[in-house]
Amino acid sequence: MNMNANNCETCPVHNAGNLKRLGIDMSSFDFVVALAGNPNTGKSTVFNNLTGLKQHTGNWPGKTVTRAEGGFEYNNSKFKLVDLPGTYSLLSTSTDEEVARDFILFGQPDVTVIVADATRLERNLNLILQILEITERAVLCLNLMDEAERHNIKIDERMLSKDLGIPVIPATARYNKGMNELLNSIFEVATGKFECKPHRIKSKSRELNYAVEKLSKMLIDEFPNLPNVKWVALRLLEGDQSIIDSIRDGELGKIYSSVKQNLEIEQVV
Amino acid sequence: MQNQQSNKEAILSAANNLRWEVGENFHDTLMESIYLNASDISKRAVTLPLENEDINWEKKIDRILTSRYLGFPIMFLILGLVFWLTIVGANIPSSFIASVLLDTVHPALKSFAASISMPFWLDGVLIDGAYLAMAWVVSVMLPPMMIFFPLFTLLEDFGYLPRVSFNMDSLYRKVGAHGKQALTMAMGFGCNAAGVVATRVIDSPREKIIAIITNNFSLCNGRWPTQILIATIFIGAAAPAYIAGIVSAAAVVFIAVLGIVFSLLVSWGLSKSVLKGEASAFSLELPPYRPPRVLRTLYTSLIDRTIFVLWRAIVFAIPAGIVIWLVGNITIGGESIGNIFMDWVNPFAFILGLNGVIILAYIIAIPANEIVIPTVLMLTVMSLGLTGVGEGSGVMFELNSISATKDILVAGGWTLLTGINLMLFSLLHNPCSTTIYTIYKETKSVKWTMVSTFLPIVMGLIVTFFVTQIWRLIVN
Repeated sequence: MNMNANNCETCPVHNAGNLKRLGIDMSSFDFVVALAGNPNTGKSTVFNNLTGLKQHTGNWPGKTVTRAEGGFEYNNSKFKLVDLPGTYSLLSTSTDEEVARDFILFGQPDVTVIVADATRLERNLNLILQILEITERAVLCLNLMDEAERHNIKIDERMLSKDLGIPVIPATARYNKGMNELLNSIFEVATGKFECKPHRIKSKSRELNYAVEKLSKMLIDEFPNLPNVKWVALRLLEGDQSIIDSIRDGELGKIYSSVKQNLEIEQVV
Repeated sequence: MQNQQSNKEAILSAANNLRWEVGENFHDTLMESIYLNASDISKRAVTLPLENEDINWEKKIDRILTSRYLGFPIMFLILGLVFWLTIVGANIPSSFIASVLLDTVHPALKSFAASISMPFWLDGVLIDGAYLAMAWVVSVMLPPMMIFFPLFTLLEDFGYLPRVSFNMDSLYRKVGAHGKQALTMAMGFGCNAAGVVATRVIDSPREKIIAIITNNFSLCNGRWPTQILIATIFIGAAAPAYIAGIVSAAAVVFIAVLGIVFSLLVSWGLSKSVLKGEASAFSLELPPYRPPRVLRTLYTSLIDRTIFVLWRAIVFAIPAGIVIWLVGNITIGGESIGNIFMDWVNPFAFILGLNGVIILAYIIAIPANEIVIPTVLMLTVMSLGLTGVGEGSGVMFELNSISATKDILVAGGWTLLTGINLMLFSLLHNPCSTTIYTIYKETKSVKWTMVSTFLPIVMGLIVTFFVTQIWRLIVN
């Protein structure tokens, strides 16, 4: 980074003034940002900080069961922020988890912000890695840093960022700490200033890779606009009945368009 | 079309074949490699302290709060403390607000209406009906809510409610329901409609329906003020003054616990009869304790709960006030239709230890539990044709303290038994219309919506009946 006057513009402190909380005003937007993460990691608190809305937050796993949406403007770009229910995995089937899964998979957010509990990083990483499998652009918000500090847990966020291939922002959303840095990263990733190289899970067997490749190719021929073909192929290999049914009756293409459509119609109440 | 379908079948059959090639256990292999990757990355980035005193400290607290023997007594104590603070603290602001809204604003509105010579019926409906009902709701309900909701929210933010669920979940599993029902039950203590929506965390449809039907047994925001007020007036007053607050608080805790007992009993009954099945397993993660942010909590509990409940009460109180004024002023053969109805149900209500006023109030208050008490008071005044406190039939009166509220009710023939039965009936009656609608949206079934609506009423009638009969046997 060159040290000159331009530094100001890249410095998050300078940009703090550029945040305009739009609440539920989402008449038009340039980027869609999804907030995902394990239950009870503070997604709704981050959501409220960025949008200026007052979703009730609670110290409960499973507080958010539907998704909430709000908007903010940063550096003259309008962002729509979608708060998803917490989920432990993208490979499960309960209704609240489906909301999150379908949105990340088929809603195609421009940036997925993964909110993680810094005191339970290893457990949170299971979901982080699954999300990185299916998205190209993500930011990790390492929340609850105050608790981690209290517990003497130290996290090398640079190492983490290098391993995951995405920006890692330590934060304490409850006290509004790290939010400017987070906004800046969201902006950089959304506009392509920061290029993510998401970690991909290693040591899949060769047979598996071959099978996924082959199925993906067939799927793309049949459903040309389908996002996350690899994930669909994986589920197909596992024999996921809902995916099998939706291929058979051609609904698979529709899941994608309906999630996309809902995104345009639904507003936070 | 034919061709397209065969393409799709080709994909599916390719998937079937490939599934054999990759081997059956590939899901486990995949999960395993995710875990391995996660553990590698976390090892490189995270340095854990050698001896973690804070986590030990949390574990120690958890061991006490969720202990087999101490868990429940501590729960009762904490809940009791919250109610005690509410009951002791609510009296002062209540009389202040009442004196402003009822003694100052109401006469001003009346003389304004007279000065523009408003027709008597419009003046009656708007000022004596709608405005007074609203003023009542504000002065009777705002003070306890202003104390109770922030305290409850602090408890929630600190992380105590999930511990309550943890204590309860084995009980729910024993009665054949889902352990997570303990969570949705705790949500219901805020609002039953929210509790019903929260049952989405339960995967099994059978257990979800049990959780929905029994959510109404959690006392909601709209009912806490009723419980607190009636406990103060009748139960606290029956005890010596120096322990009145504690006795009233204990009575409210007793009703809340009774609600939990009923939710367990009904869950058991349902899972042994119409909704038969085994309880499914799940894991409940206890969140860490977090020091509550007091100011933020005060702010959000004020906005989210106090103002929300109050607004709902006001919105529903206005039409209810109009209805009350109308039933007090539309007459058939010289008798108001409200009085005719109440005289007609009185014998039936007597068997239940209630009275016609309470029955009519619960019918008028179906849209919102919040307005039960104001409606009861207005109807009592109307049916007695009280003068001195009121200004005519169906008109509210200047009332400025909880003891004045008691005077009205006693004049209406209320006894300790009526108070107890009202508390029981407030726990066991149909959910409010918002909750009923939410239940329908969640279950998409008229049948289960009806069951959830009428089951509690039937139980309420049975319970108040037996309490009354036994009481009368003992007292006489």
